[in-house]
Amino acid sequence: MLRLGFLLCLLALPLKAEEVVLGLSSDKVAITATFEGLEILVFGAVKREGPIPETPLDVVITVAGPSLPVTVWRKDRRFGIWVNTDEVRLDAAPTFYAVATTGPLDGVLSATEDLRHRVSIRHAIRAVGAAGMTEEARRFAEALIRIRQAQNAYQMLENTVSFDEQTLFRTEIRLPANLTEGSYPTRIFLTREGRVVSQFETVIDVHKVGLERWLFTLSRERPLIYGLMSLAIAIAAGWGASAAFRVLRQG
Amino acid sequence: MQIYLPIAEVSVNAFLLLGLGGIVGILSGMFGVGGGFLMTPLLFFIGIPPAVAVATEANQIVASSFSGVLAHLRRKTVDLRMGTVLLIGGLIGAAIGVVVFNYLKSLGQVDLLVKLCYVVFLGVIGAIMFVESLRAIRRTRRGAAPARKRHGWVHGLPFKMRFRNSGLYISVIPPVLVGVCVGVLAAIMGVGGGFIMVPAMIYLLGMPTKVVVGTSLFQIIFVTAFTTLLHATTNYTVDIALAVLLLVGGVIGAQIGTTIGTRLRAEQLRILLAVMVLVVCGKLALDLLLTPSELYSIASGAGGH
Repeated sequence: MLRLGFLLCLLALPLKAEEVVLGLSSDKVAITATFEGLEILVFGAVKREGPIPETPLDVVITVAGPSLPVTVWRKDRRFGIWVNTDEVRLDAAPTFYAVATTGPLDGVLSATEDLRHRVSIRHAIRAVGAAGMTEEARRFAEALIRIRQAQNAYQMLENTVSFDEQTLFRTEIRLPANLTEGSYPTRIFLTREGRVVSQFETVIDVHKVGLERWLFTLSRERPLIYGLMSLAIAIAAGWGASAAFRVLRQG
Repeated sequence: MQIYLPIAEVSVNAFLLLGLGGIVGILSGMFGVGGGFLMTPLLFFIGIPPAVAVATEANQIVASSFSGVLAHLRRKTVDLRMGTVLLIGGLIGAAIGVVVFNYLKSLGQVDLLVKLCYVVFLGVIGAIMFVESLRAIRRTRRGAAPARKRHGWVHGLPFKMRFRNSGLYISVIPPVLVGVCVGVLAAIMGVGGGFIMVPAMIYLLGMPTKVVVGTSLFQIIFVTAFTTLLHATTNYTVDIALAVLLLVGGVIGAQIGTTIGTRLRAEQLRILLAVMVLVVCGKLALDLLLTPSELYSIASGAGGH
């Protein structure tokens, strides 16, 4: 942050440094047994030394989930039925990604800045190490985006950031219920005429808690004990049901 | 009330799961089947990943068969010796099934395998039941009793063994083979396999009908328990929260179903079940045959290795 401001001064840009002061309605998301998703309020202000410059500012906010390897399959008709035939493995793709802006994305951010900061969904995915991606592989990546957009895991929220007096901005981003655990890097860009003039980064922590946490950890670290526990519960439930209904019938 | 399933990592309505458990429980109580072959496809339809649905359903079957076998043990209608022989085959089959399941999972074909198995088995069983019960209805109208043949090729095989409860003296090879088949199915399809084993025991092994259900339940408990453990330790796909919700609905539904079942005629029940099986089969078959609206699908990273 400071470095960026310093850099801007060094370059002796005509504009005064403008910085982001940020707030989040919550920077920790706890996935409990009854988790139904969450609206996160991202809000903040632009801090300036001088008067508000003539050319207006724009705000771009991105929230990304942890990146995981993903295999995309394509179906084809074989012997009359639809079968997975081709696959492309992407080393990492964010499990969640949302971009919120004050205006149309191509208006508030130039193509080169988009590429450099990997802002739009396309670049955020493409960044994941498919340098020299073939036309074929690109189609798989586009399918990934399409499917995840349909599931609301990737969200393009143009014109959803409200920006008052060129100073106060706020937006709401809805995190779906089926979140993956991990840290969700959240970035705020201030842009002017398509160029990024300031940038701020923070992290939202998403974790399973309580019973969810305990069960998940147990199933991965002590799978045998977890399996035996599942069986014990099943047998107890079966025996309990049989006994309870015998009592009911007799009584 | 939405509930987040820790292993499946999806959020579903708890009452929907209780309701599903209840409905399948009612059906299993009415028809005397485990209900796994209906529950697993229903779990696919509501968006539970197939791998999780199969592994979790195995766990639920342990509970419902345990509850059932207790009643049969009290009535002494379990042939423990035959059950043990079937079980040996079943454990071998389950191990083979899980290996096949994991191999196809690595190829990305596991969904296809599970769905194909369902289409084939539901189609065949549904059709046989439908025809059989139609015939039974006609026969009861004519009033003739069915005849059963006593000797077949089964009686010519070596390694004979005496099964007192069933009143049989036959080779152990056919029961072991039946057990293996059922074990493979249990691991791949997440079913108990009663719907295959019961006809096989009656028609192939010639066991008396009164010990068939108890004995198959006895075998199913151990095979599905073993399958649950294998899935839990190799795939981490047993979702205990999902299993508990289905269980609660299932055991209550089963008791209601048993009461309803005693008020309906057996042939009518079987026709109803046959129609239902064919409907589920048809829905799954259409998904495979019709051009999907989205040709691409995502296998999460965790599934890749």
